[in-house]
Amino acid sequence: MLVNRKLILAHFWFAFAVFGVALTLGAWQMFIRSPIGTWLSNPELYYRSLTAHGTVMGYVFPTLVAMGFGYAISESALEQRLVGVRWAWAGFWLIVGGSIMAVIPIALGRASVLYTFYPPLIGNLFYYLGVVLVVVGSWIWVALMSINLRVWRKAHPGAPVPLAMFANVAGSYLWAWTAVGAALELLLQIIPVAAGLKATIDAGLARVFFSWTLHAIVYFWLMPTYIAYYTIVPRAIGGRVYSDNMARIAFILFLVVAMPIGMHHTFADPQVGAGFKFVHSAFTALVTLPTFLTVFTICASVEIAARLRGGRGMFGWIRVLPWDNPMMLALAFSFVMLGFGGAGGLINMSYQLDASIHNTQWITGHFHLIFGGAIVIMYFAIAYDLWPHLTGRELNDLRLIRTQLWLWFIGMIVTTFPWHWVGILGMPRRMAYFDFGDPAIAPQALSVTFSAIGGFILLASGILFLVILARGMRAPQAEAGSYRFAVAVHQSATVPVALNTHALWVALMIALTITNYGYPILTLATTEGTSVPAVYVGAQ
Amino acid sequence: MSAEETHHSADVAARVERRWAAIFVIVIVMMAVLAAFAGIHRATMPQPRVETTDPSRLHLSGEFVESNLGSVLEANGNVTVRAIGQQYSFTPACIVVPADTPITMRATSADVVHGILIQGTNINTMLVPGYVSEQLMRFTKTGDYLMPCQEFCSFGHEGMWGKVKVIDKTDFANRAKAGGRLSCVGE
Repeated sequence: MLVNRKLILAHFWFAFAVFGVALTLGAWQMFIRSPIGTWLSNPELYYRSLTAHGTVMGYVFPTLVAMGFGYAISESALEQRLVGVRWAWAGFWLIVGGSIMAVIPIALGRASVLYTFYPPLIGNLFYYLGVVLVVVGSWIWVALMSINLRVWRKAHPGAPVPLAMFANVAGSYLWAWTAVGAALELLLQIIPVAAGLKATIDAGLARVFFSWTLHAIVYFWLMPTYIAYYTIVPRAIGGRVYSDNMARIAFILFLVVAMPIGMHHTFADPQVGAGFKFVHSAFTALVTLPTFLTVFTICASVEIAARLRGGRGMFGWIRVLPWDNPMMLALAFSFVMLGFGGAGGLINMSYQLDASIHNTQWITGHFHLIFGGAIVIMYFAIAYDLWPHLTGRELNDLRLIRTQLWLWFIGMIVTTFPWHWVGILGMPRRMAYFDFGDPAIAPQALSVTFSAIGGFILLASGILFLVILARGMRAPQAEAGSYRFAVAVHQSATVPVALNTHALWVALMIALTITNYGYPILTLATTEGTSVPAVYVGAQ
Repeated sequence: MSAEETHHSADVAARVERRWAAIFVIVIVMMAVLAAFAGIHRATMPQPRVETTDPSRLHLSGEFVESNLGSVLEANGNVTVRAIGQQYSFTPACIVVPADTPITMRATSADVVHGILIQGTNINTMLVPGYVSEQLMRFTKTGDYLMPCQEFCSFGHEGMWGKVKVIDKTDFANRAKAGGRLSCVGE
């Protein structure tokens, strides 16, 4: 039962609208720094665009998707009207207001610090305040998810929480806690300087705070995708979830071990010692476990669907899968990109291998493949799946939807594979142009051109996505029925308490963060003489 | 399907699942052990120590004063390179080092966060103002290597490229005889 459809649609539409803008900026960036573009007379424009692209794609777009999807899950999985609708709207408007507040200084060139902030670079105060508003808005959602689950538990004492809601609430807790790192950096360090109250800042400490957010945020982006893997895909292709308990274990593992691993982003940093670098590297290895479990469970769930359709043989069942079903297609593409992106990730998190690709285009390729590829393609699938239920209208043009998914997949491969390659050659990130006339850089020109073409394929796919959704708003009305989630093959009537509640795991998440971050943060904060003068952006 | 069969297939499912999980726990433990082993043997390892320095006084005193930047042949035959990054260049902009020699590079930033990456090698480190970065390196081939700044350092980032020139060991020793700090700026 989806009652607050307008609320959910508002989240999705604002998310996809800003996604469209940021995607266009991204394609322009790819073009302008490739050999087919002409050099920018003012490279600063590139960094404005890059800051907007990152801020929208990192903070605004996925957060709104997770929120809208979260409200939809809460109402349909719990079969309970959303409690706190006014608060939900307040959260939404905070995000809209925060986004606008952040984008204005970016557009004026007063906040070209990139979404990763990079102090001692300091931009306009309102950029940071805008980002804070976005985070505060999303925290309202976190509270609402928790409250709605509590209300449901009171009405259903001891009953197993539906998997979709269990995972959704786990994702919201993960976000609440991971956002604390960047919040500390903003509130304690950056905003006092941007407001003119202080003139120095500890850049090393800021990088450690940011790493707290920077890695687990990826798992927050991932949550809606994994929820779709487990609770939408099997239903959409006519199968069952292989194991409900294993799914819960995977989400719990994400909650616990996605957090205390962020310092693998600082392997090359001078302000963190080798010991904690190693600890974080080892914990990062651990976070691959829930993904490996997921790959197994989802492949098994898909196989069940194939066998139910009459599939036979060791691999023969793959042929009978409903390949014309957009959900099946999106899942397959997502898994392929997750496979390549994940393999790249294992290299990044490696204590040793990181040095060969740190801060090169390899990294850009890696997170575009994981986030833009494996994760976002499932956001599309979620939107397609939910749309008829939100609009009360049909979404029938499957051929167009399949074309869109194919284009996104091809575009992402064409963009990111050459990126990985030039990264191995040592091409640095975040440069407004490259001197392809230099004989040492010239061999990279062809790869960069391919990436730029991939960027335009992605743009075409993104436009198609928006067109399909917009057309879905005007299609003939049709009753879509109630929104349902996949059920497990062996749905047990009871679930162990540990797999039905979050308290223990949240406690463990906080404890592990404190063990893995407490000492480095305390040491850096108490070391004298590490505060350095701020460098103001756009001040001249 | 009878209740007994359901029970049986649930057992099979659980067993297969446990086996898969066990295999990947072993894989993960192996990865961590390998990383620890390679690190302890110092085959490869990120910078282990934390050293601080005051970026606003770099030019006044200490090891990063201008006259001390560049390459120096130490008494034990090793080479030490000292460099700084600032918006938007490295000093020295061209670093000269000998081939087949253990080299220690010590570097820091005078303003914002920068990075040093030597293309075609595994030399890759951040320069964070307030802290000293140290990298051990050894080149086996002579030639010129590009050394871009790999971290966004504001509007001129795309123009911040340095160079490393690896020369023959004896050539370097000859140049070092005159004393002082060597670089290849202007060559």
